[in-house]
Amino acid sequence: MVQPVEVSSRSVGIGIRGIVKRFGSVTAVDGVSLTVEPGEFLALLGPSGSGKTTILMAIAGFEYPDEGQILVGGEDVTWTPPYQRNLGMVFQKYTLFPHMSVLENIAFPLKMRGVGRAEREERARTALATVRLDGFGERKPSQLSGGQQQRVAIARAIVYKPRVLLMDEPLSALDKNLREEMQIETKQLQREIGVTVVFVTHDQTEALTMADRVAVLDHGRLQQIGTPHELYEAPKSAFVAGFIGETNFWQGVARGAAAAGGSVSVELADGAVVEATAVDAVAARAKLRVAIRPERLSLTAPGQGLLTAHVQQEIYSGNATTLLLSTPSGQGLKLRLPAGGAMRGPAMGDLVGLRWAPQDARAFGSAT
Amino acid sequence: MLGAAAYAVTIFLLLPTLVIAPMSVGPERYLRFPPNGFSLRWYAEYFADPDWVNATLFSLEVGIIATLAATVIGTMLALALVRGRLPGKGLIELLVIGPVIVPHIALAVAMFLVFEQLRLTGTLLGFAMAHSILALPFVVFTVLAALYRFDADLERAAVSCGASPLRTFRHVTLPLIAPGVVSAALFAFIISFDEAVVSFFISNLDRKTLPRKMFEDIDYNISPTLAAVATMLTLLTVTALVGSHLVKSRLDRRTRSAEP
Repeated sequence: MVQPVEVSSRSVGIGIRGIVKRFGSVTAVDGVSLTVEPGEFLALLGPSGSGKTTILMAIAGFEYPDEGQILVGGEDVTWTPPYQRNLGMVFQKYTLFPHMSVLENIAFPLKMRGVGRAEREERARTALATVRLDGFGERKPSQLSGGQQQRVAIARAIVYKPRVLLMDEPLSALDKNLREEMQIETKQLQREIGVTVVFVTHDQTEALTMADRVAVLDHGRLQQIGTPHELYEAPKSAFVAGFIGETNFWQGVARGAAAAGGSVSVELADGAVVEATAVDAVAARAKLRVAIRPERLSLTAPGQGLLTAHVQQEIYSGNATTLLLSTPSGQGLKLRLPAGGAMRGPAMGDLVGLRWAPQDARAFGSAT
Repeated sequence: MLGAAAYAVTIFLLLPTLVIAPMSVGPERYLRFPPNGFSLRWYAEYFADPDWVNATLFSLEVGIIATLAATVIGTMLALALVRGRLPGKGLIELLVIGPVIVPHIALAVAMFLVFEQLRLTGTLLGFAMAHSILALPFVVFTVLAALYRFDADLERAAVSCGASPLRTFRHVTLPLIAPGVVSAALFAFIISFDEAVVSFFISNLDRKTLPRKMFEDIDYNISPTLAAVATMLTLLTVTALVGSHLVKSRLDRRTRSAEP
């Protein structure tokens, strides 16, 4: 049994208050505030240019914000130089020091903290065991595989028991299978040692798989922060609905006013009317976007459902079958049938009816 | 075909250098090719003449000081150019190339006029300063090349491990750019040791470098000692280059990047 490096008692929360960072005329981060609880695994998720990496670099101390404050464990570190912040960091590339052995790499942070040689080596070996690489200590980083190198990088980042572990797309250099393996392993390791983690990724599956909470960013603004379940089931904006998982969008106009969370009838471009749940308060005749997940649509006989559509194509992928549909107005839709359903799916060219529960169709104001 | 041409050009360029070696072992009092015998008397003459030995020692002193100064200053300058957020980087880069672009002879005249005022002609300090300036561009560009190949994220990694900028340089940056710094230093030394034009101007009667002494020898008495010195100089340069190549490839192997 591996002896984990103990840090749980020391893990702390992070506070980000109104961070603004401009690069020339570009505002990379535009007033982001969020809180990371002690021991929490938070993913910063967004497309490139969303400001997620800039936020991480500001926590690490490699960028200083133009406005706002960064607190680690309640202490203001906004202007503390990076080498005095006592945070662990894992980079996108493995960034192991090529002229040092694996063990020397892991012991490096301890050396910088004036830990004696014998204790250094012992603690480095413990950290190496924590990432399941016992016996690799004498090798050079170039003699390890990509996954092994990234595990060494993690060991180096946790060996001095940092209060927080920052990870900048640490798995993006690995191939798909290894990446999925490392996602689970990293998550497990984080649970074992209980360290607070801030993890940057552009891969929504990775964020949903690993994080306790996910902060979705776009254009330097925080769009939504919540558990993976909240983000998937109750996105607060069309951007989040589109970015997390797959979504069908319809354009339409509200037939009447509705309160936030109330039901609203939306008239689509082709005159069809669908029932949806208003995410925010809606005025009558307001332009809306209605989002519905492919797996929340179900099939019924033509004419009996809320909409009718033609089956354009059938994509079989083992655990599910995706139908590409087209409504009479030419709107494309995706519908997902889980595998193992008793019913055989319709054939190409068939006319089908579509049904859904009104709470699964979410109506967003068009502005967002 | 192209290979053969390259070899032909190389041999053509090397031929004068190769001719000097047999000339240095001729037994007669004047330079002659091919030599009509074999004798090391001109080598003995060189070592016996305090004028030659002093000039050589002086060149070594100047070379070592100029190498140290140019390597330290040049490495710091290269770092500042790559990592620093200093304004006017382009201007600084231009100034660094200056000593290469400005005609050597103009530089020499300018240095002579300034050094004369400051009483620096014929002094160790004067020579060391002049040669440091001449070697600086080569050091800067050699180290710059090494820095561009070096992954700057490794420095961030070191800083995130708690290393101050100075310790990051000592433990991570310097060991990894060491091959570049070593070749830069050897470059600097050879430039200083071979330098003749500026030395010609800022020497005086009792303090002169080896190339200056060789000029003098041509003026007063063309003896085969000159050929002997030239041969030894060539051997020294070749040894330095081969040595630097060996050191560099060893360091390179030690610091091979972690890229898979």
